[in-house]
Formats: sequence, structure tokens, C-alpha cells
Amino acid sequence: MRKSLLSRIPAALLLLAVALLLSSCGWSMWDSPMTTVRPKSGFGRVTHEIFMLISWWTLGIGIAVEAGLLWVCFRYRERPGAPIPKQVHGHTVLEVSWTIVFALILLIFAIPTISAIFKTQEAPAATALRVDVGGRQWWWEFKYPDLKVVTANELHLPAGQTVALNLHAPDVIHSFWAPRLGGKRDVVPGRVNRITLAPDEPGEYPGQCAEYCGMSHANMRFRVIVHTKADFEKWVAAQQRPPVQPTDPLAQKGQDLFSQSACVGCHTIAGISGGVLGPNLTHFGSRKTMGANLMVNTPENLARWIENPGHMKPGVLMPDLGMRGEQSKALAAYLLSLK
Amino acid sequence: MATHAAYMHGTKLSVGSVLWSWITTVDHKRIGQLYGVSAFFFFLVGGIEAVIMRLQLAQPDSTLVGAQRFNELFTMHGTTMVFLAIMPMSAAFFNYMIPLLIGARDVAFPRLNALSYWVFFSGALLLHLSFLAGTVPDAGWFGYANLTSAQFSPTHSIDFWMLGLQVLGISSLMAGFNFIVTIINMRAPGMTLMRMPLFVWMSFVVQFLVILAFPAITVALILLMFDRFFGTLFYAPAGGADPLLWQHLFWIFGHPEVYILILPAMGIVSEVLPTFSRKPLFGAPVVIYSGIMIGFLGFGVWSHHMFSVGMGPIADSAFSISTMLIAVPTGVKILNWIGTLWGGRIQFSSPLYFSLGFIAMFTLGGLSGVMHSSPPVDLQQTDSYFVVAHFHYVLFGGSIFGLFSGVYYWWPKIFGKLLDERLGKVHFWLMLIGFNVTFFPMHFLGLIGMPRRIYTYAPDLGWNFWNMVSTMGVFVIVLSFLVFIWNVIATTRSGAPAPADPWDGRTLEWTIPSPPPVYNFATEPVVHARDDFWVQKHGDGHGAPPRKGAPAAHVDTASIHMPPPSYWPILLAGALFVMFSGALVSIYQVVGGGLLTLYCMIRFMLEYHHQTDVGPPAGGPH
Repeated sequence: MRKSLLSRIPAALLLLAVALLLSSCGWSMWDSPMTTVRPKSGFGRVTHEIFMLISWWTLGIGIAVEAGLLWVCFRYRERPGAPIPKQVHGHTVLEVSWTIVFALILLIFAIPTISAIFKTQEAPAATALRVDVGGRQWWWEFKYPDLKVVTANELHLPAGQTVALNLHAPDVIHSFWAPRLGGKRDVVPGRVNRITLAPDEPGEYPGQCAEYCGMSHANMRFRVIVHTKADFEKWVAAQQRPPVQPTDPLAQKGQDLFSQSACVGCHTIAGISGGVLGPNLTHFGSRKTMGANLMVNTPENLARWIENPGHMKPGVLMPDLGMRGEQSKALAAYLLSLK
Repeated sequence: MATHAAYMHGTKLSVGSVLWSWITTVDHKRIGQLYGVSAFFFFLVGGIEAVIMRLQLAQPDSTLVGAQRFNELFTMHGTTMVFLAIMPMSAAFFNYMIPLLIGARDVAFPRLNALSYWVFFSGALLLHLSFLAGTVPDAGWFGYANLTSAQFSPTHSIDFWMLGLQVLGISSLMAGFNFIVTIINMRAPGMTLMRMPLFVWMSFVVQFLVILAFPAITVALILLMFDRFFGTLFYAPAGGADPLLWQHLFWIFGHPEVYILILPAMGIVSEVLPTFSRKPLFGAPVVIYSGIMIGFLGFGVWSHHMFSVGMGPIADSAFSISTMLIAVPTGVKILNWIGTLWGGRIQFSSPLYFSLGFIAMFTLGGLSGVMHSSPPVDLQQTDSYFVVAHFHYVLFGGSIFGLFSGVYYWWPKIFGKLLDERLGKVHFWLMLIGFNVTFFPMHFLGLIGMPRRIYTYAPDLGWNFWNMVSTMGVFVIVLSFLVFIWNVIATTRSGAPAPADPWDGRTLEWTIPSPPPVYNFATEPVVHARDDFWVQKHGDGHGAPPRKGAPAAHVDTASIHMPPPSYWPILLAGALFVMFSGALVSIYQVVGGGLLTLYCMIRFMLEYHHQTDVGPPAGGPH
């Protein structure tokens, strides 16, 4: 009984491993919104090709080594009465040859790697769309210097065009990562780093800060929204328009509250205020999400946020301004009217 | 001196004197045990931190511990496992086994050895006092600037971390020098470097890594200390400085540190496999050279931790190639270990199970490491859970499996009792299963975009299932450690007494009784070959008959002089603690602690000038 339990453990382990592998082969998993293995840009594809090349090789080597280990253990397990084995101290030819084989395999990885390093870090063409990306504790600012558009936490891009993202950080180190569009690049204070990429097709691609940047690092999310060329132009035109005056009385009350309170110290709304510490809210109502992509941009969520930002995003710089009930509702209505 | 004499001759002592004898001991074996017990304690602490983190991550939008606590947990988990669990567990084996493996009576500087332990203890204490102070370090074990600056981390949390690591670094440096001198100077006659056991060799490489790598982090921490305490701007972008300076300095230390953590385990595996396959290590010189190569190359790859910071294509390429190169000696080692098993007569004991687990799991960790050596690929994987999976396969699947192999292998030698084999195997299988269920899914999580160091995640990203699986795996790991602890308790109470040579071993430690006497070797062993003890017992395998050593001359063991105990190591370590912790309290405590440290150093140095009844230590067998 005792012995059988012990001998069943390896079998159970094997079963479990097979089950895990099979379930992981379900293609649906790889289609997760932030998957790295279904790239949607040229940068992502270059990276993915090398990843697959190295993966297949290492998978093969891994299986060979593990199988060899198991086989050796089975083949040379102690049998009763077996003599002391031959004392083999080594085999120089064998050892030299597998050293060389390893080096050659690595050469197979090295050549496409080096070429991809230079390809993905080329200077972007002059026609590329420029976006200045600011990583901050704990949200993202996206400025389009040529289009005179500023937004936050939602990066809008046209499909099929090369984009040059210039990354900079006014506080600590962050990292820009939209996995489906390509690898991450750190956003380092005092430096301007760059990612060049060309998204293939329209869609929404979530991203997240990938470098630990303090308390709410986990909540420093963003969303890349890739439009068709025409839709992108429409979006730009809408963003370039000054915000419309609210007509709804609740929203009007919200506007008064906004311009009379501390909000204006940190947030910019074109024609109303000019703060720069927090996200630009000029077209806040056009955003699908709020709180750095933490939740959907609904009046309820927004009112909750205004009442207690630190509860939704620990450590957030925005203080609780004591807006409650009707006040927070009015502010939310105003902000959401800013389409 | 009464306790010393009693310990030397095995007389019964009162509880107080037993405690005193441990506090003042300079015996490498007892210091090894102190390191081992401390390391296991902190291993449990770090483990509990890990369990809480996994519980928090089991489901999306979980509110179990919250952001701040979670950040503290992963910071302390990493720091604890690296500096307070794996390193001191290796140090336990350095201390206990190296003198036995090279046929010496003690290490070169026994009091310095005790000092290393007590300084380590001070550093660990200082770091963990942060829990009492309520400002737990929260910037990650890597402590990237400028998040650690006074501006972004205004509390004392980073100070505890920075000062604790400085103290731990002092301890590691002292131990490093001590073992280098020990290994060079105190080998038994005939034990040439190439006849030295592999564990000693790998430890030897580790000591060089320690003394070359730790100064880098010491400098990095001193600059950080200046920034925080005196307002300098070494890492401040506002002052024109580049916060990447910290990353370069940290990883110049941090990458060799990885090899500091893994090479001792590689050494253990290289001892265990030959014993249980009854064959010498296949290509031992190559395994030695590859260990040295890994040590060398380990200093040339630090920037592969920084492929995403924007170093430019030339630097990326150079560090990519140097990183790939490390795979060569590592792969060679794995094939040599399999070559050792090949054609052997493999006895499946629990130490061997853990060594096999090491090879199997470390191989997986090594291969995913090769993936990261390619910067374009790494840009998708770095700072994602793929990397978390990778380095747990290396450090848990590698170091911890290897260290447990050593625990089972040398336990009978150290404690004179055999651990239960059946429980050992149950421990192994549970740990292997739990480990894989916990960490393998993290590869998938990384590939589907889960970044590391996040305390929460949205439910619609496809990460829920694997996070839940991973969290369940942790409980199997916990169960495996409970089996181990039960094994230790049960066999300590009623285990079979261990003979001197329970495994039909190959190296010198198995020639002396279990546990070894205070003086280790009654007569100085003389070595004629690698695996000399095996050759004595079984012949050299080329037809030469077993060589019976000369009949042991009668030795009056009472006349063997061993270094006397000293309380100056613990006092000096205490004074250092007072000085370093003073930085958090007041300048007067720093100055007072500094003067106290100076005083203790002088007394430590001059100790033998004050003792008229005992001469200077014999300094080992010569």
C-alpha cells in the first residue's frame, strides 16, 4: 500500500503536466487582450518571429535533455547484485563537441537577433506621426505636437501609419507596454526614449506600465485605440475643437464647481483652466475609460472617483476635495459633457 | 573557558552555558548550523510573504492586502530569499562542509567566521525591524533609483533596506575572504586544486564573485545613502544625473549575485550525483572550468537586465551576445551531469531525487533564460510574469532543489541521524509538483501580457485561470515543507543513528564519525587522488586494488588544540548594529556606535594579547 502510493506520484505528475499542456494549447488563451504572441504591428511581428525561432529550438533541446535524463535514470537504476560500474572520468572529444554544438545553436539565435535589434531601433521616417508620451505616477499623457491635441490614458493611432512615440517621464521610471503592438520601452526621467511602430489594423489594445513605479503601479494602465485613417482624422478634428458649453443645468453647475474649486490647479480644460499636474480633461467625455483605464467612464464611476480618488487608486495625487452627493454628480455630468 | 573545555570533551552543560557556548562559538561546524537555522527561518518568512502574495493574486480586483502591503511583500520576499535564505543556506554548507571536504580542522580565521555570522544576523535584524517601525521597504529588491529618492520615498522604509543590505554586504565580504584563504591555504597534503571536491570548487568561485560583486552594490548604496541623508544628487535627474547609474551599479552586482546563488547548488549536485551513481563526475575538469567561465562571464552581462531602458543597438547587441555565451558553459555542465549518471548504478535516495529535480528544473529555467538573451524577445518578456517564471525555475528549481539535495545528503554527517527516506521522497514529489503548478503557468501569464509587481488586475484580460492555478500550487509547496519539517522532528526524536559513511561516499568528510568531533580529523588526511576515499575503498577502477590507508596512529585527541571561544564577534556585530541603526535615530547614536565599533575592533584584534592562559590559535593542520 505504502509503496504503491509513492509510485503513483510520478504518474500523477505526468498526467497533470499533460493536462496542463493540453489546456494551454487551447488557442483562446493566446487571444487574450494583452497577448504577446498575436502581434498587431511590424515591431511585434519581428519580435514574435525570433521568439518562435528560439522557442522551437529551446523546446526541442528541453525535451531532448529531459527525456535523456529520464531515460538514463531508468536505464541505469540500481539493480540488485550489479557490480560497481566502470569509473569513467570523462571523454574529451565528446565534451569539446557538445560545447561547439551549443555555440553553433546560439549563433542561429544571434544573427536574427542582432538584425532585429537594429531594425526595431531605426530612426523613424520624417513622415511618421509624432506622439509625446509622458509616463507619470500613475497615468499617461499623450501629446500630438503636430496636431495640437492632448489626451490622457487613451492613445489614438491611425492604422497602417508609422508612429514615433517619444517617451519621457517627469517623476520616476515607467515603462510603456502595449503588448500586442510591440515590446516595452522604459520611460526614464532625464531621457527621451523612442518606440517606432506601425499598427496593422483597427482595434483596442490595452497596455500597462511595466516598470515598478510606486504604490499604484498596478493601476497605471492605458488603452491604444487604433482607427482607420478616416476615423482617426475625425477623432483629431473633434479633439481640436474647443469644448462645447454644457446645456444641461446639472452639467452647468458642475462647470461652476470645477472653475471655482482646486480642480483648476491641476487639470487643463481648454478655455477654463491650465493646470498640468493631472490629466488634460478638455475632451474627457470622449474617453471610454477613466482613472488610467481602471474602469469604464460612467457617471457613477466618475462620481465615486471624485468623492474618493484614493480609494480607487491608492496613492493617487488627486486629493479628496470633499465633493459629495449632488456636487460630485454635477462635476461628473460636466466632465462627461466634454465630448 | 570551562564551556570550551566541556564542549571539547562532550561533558553535560547547563542551559545557560549551552546558550553561551553557541554565542561565543568559533567552531566552523556550529557556525554552519547557526547559518543553516537562520536561513531556514528566513526561508519560511519569505515563503509566508509569497503565500500572501499568491492569495492576493488568486483573483482579479482582490482586496486582501491592498497596494501598499503588496509592494512591501514583494520587496521583502525578494530581499529575504536572496540575502537571508539562499545565500546563508549556501553559507551554512560553506562553513560546515568546506573544512571537512578539504581535510582541515577549521577555517582560516575562525573568529572572523563567527563575526560574519553575527554581522549577518545584525543585518537581518535591522532589515526586519522595519516591520516593527511600520515602514516596510516597498521599492522592490532591486530598489531602482529614483523611486528610492527622498522625494518619492520619504519614509524610513528605504533606509531600513539600504542600511540592512550594507550590513549584510559586510558579512558576505568577510566570509568571502575567509573562505578564499581557507581553500587556498588549508587543504590536506596532496589535495591539489584539481583534486579538490567540486562543491569546494564551486564555492571557491562563489567567494571571488562575492568579493568582486559586493563592492559594486556597496558603492551604489553609499551613493543612495548620500542622496537620502545629505541631499546629494547622484541619481536625481533634477540634478542632471541619470537614474540609470543605479541600474548599472546594481546589476553589476546583481547578475553575479545570481551565480552566487546558483553555483553552490551546482557544487552540491556535482557531489551527490557521483556518490549515488557510483561513478566519478564525468569530465570534472570541464565542470570546474565551466564554473570559472560562468563566474567570469557573469560580470559581463549585467545590462541584459536593462534591454528596455534604451541603451541603443550597439550595447544591446554586445550584452545579448555575452549573455548567450553563458548558456554554453551552463549547458556543458548539464550534459556532464547526465554523463555522470550514464552507465552508473543509480541508487535512488532522497538527495539524488533533489539533484535530479535540480537538473530537470534548472534546464527549463536556463532555456527560458536563452529566450531573454535576445533583446527583441526580451522586450516582450522583461518585467512580465514570464521572467518571474524564469528566475523561479533558476532560483527555486535550481538553487533550492540543489540546497535541499545538500540538506538530505549531509544531514546524517551533521546531525548523526539519518533523515527518513520515504518522507524525503514524499517531500520531493510534493515540492516538484507544487513548484511546477505554481510557476509553470507564469510563463503563460507573461506571454499573455501580465506584468510583474502588480497587486491587482482587471478581470477581463484572460489572466484569472492561470493565477488561480498558480495560487493553488503554492499550497502543495507549503505541504511539502511541512513534510520536511515533520521529517526533521520525527527523525531527530527517533531516527536511525548515522554511520560515518552512510552513502558509500567519495570524499573526506565520510572518513570521520557522524557527527564529526570538534577537531574534525584526529590525524591529518593525506590525499592521493580525486575521490580519494572511494579509491581507498574500491580501488581506482583500473584494476588497482583498494588501498588501505596506513593504520591510524593512536592520537591523544585531548592534546589537539582548537581556537578558544570568543564573545568579541557578537559584541563587534552588535556595535555595528548600533552604529547603522543610529542612522535612523540620531547622529549621536551613529557616532557612539562608531566609537563602540572601533573599541570592539581593537579588542577583537588584541584578544589573544589579553589571554595569558591560551596561546594564539593553531591555525589548522600544517
